[in-house]
Amino acid sequence: MDIQPYLLLSAITFVIGVVGVLARRNAIIVFMSIELMLNSVNLSLVAFSAFLGDVTGQMLVFFVMTVAAAEAAVGLAIIIALFRNKQTVNLEDINILKW
Amino acid sequence: MTLQSFLFYFLAIISVGSALMMVTRRNPVIAALYLILNFFALGGLYLTLNAQFIAFIQVLVYAGAIMVLFLFVIMLLNLGDVQLLGDKISYKKIIAVGLSFGLLMELIYIFGYARANLPASRFDKSVDLGTVENIGKELFTTFLFPFEVTSILLLAAIVGAVILAKRKLE
Repeated sequence: MDIQPYLLLSAITFVIGVVGVLARRNAIIVFMSIELMLNSVNLSLVAFSAFLGDVTGQMLVFFVMTVAAAEAAVGLAIIIALFRNKQTVNLEDINILKW
Repeated sequence: MTLQSFLFYFLAIISVGSALMMVTRRNPVIAALYLILNFFALGGLYLTLNAQFIAFIQVLVYAGAIMVLFLFVIMLLNLGDVQLLGDKISYKKIIAVGLSFGLLMELIYIFGYARANLPASRFDKSVDLGTVENIGKELFTTFLFPFEVTSILLLAAIVGAVILAKRKLE
């Protein structure tokens, strides 16, 4: 088994996440797409770690997961605060910072 | 076809399919469930790469803890059905998909380039790499400082989440 299919899968999942972030207007689905992108990067880190025989990539994945957990907690708290103030999570309607 | 490549293609199809379903679903709860399926497939892919510890953490932390948080928030907000990805084709969405396709081509090019400069595969020697023993040894020796900093990060996240979600600040 070669490393190439793993990297290709990682790239495809990352791009699906990018499409979700750019094209969807629901804040929660945008947030889930960001999680998907983080996971696809984790996959390529683990693949490089396995094929180079170096454990550093897997340690990096461990720390990325911790940061993702913290990010999920804070981000969802922001979404709840936003919903309480505007009664919506549609990103088109959240535009008070728009010029 | 070896067992590893069979498992890889099986899990890769599940992973890409569930990711596509997640991005295109109307209901956020169904999208979250597809994302959980994607995380399980990724956990299986980590196992094919001999990363046992990461695979378990993936299922425990991601598919368990983080997605439960997501589902709780979705159900707490009680959202109605929202717009679908293909409901209203606007020029923004076309630009978004075009840009993403360009990004995919760039990534494939970069990975193809990196492949040519990669040292010989040492996959056969990576069997013991991802065991809990090896990960723990590395974590508490080489990566001790980042590990300790992580605890401060988690504390900051807890405080931040509580303050943000509070109704009124006194």
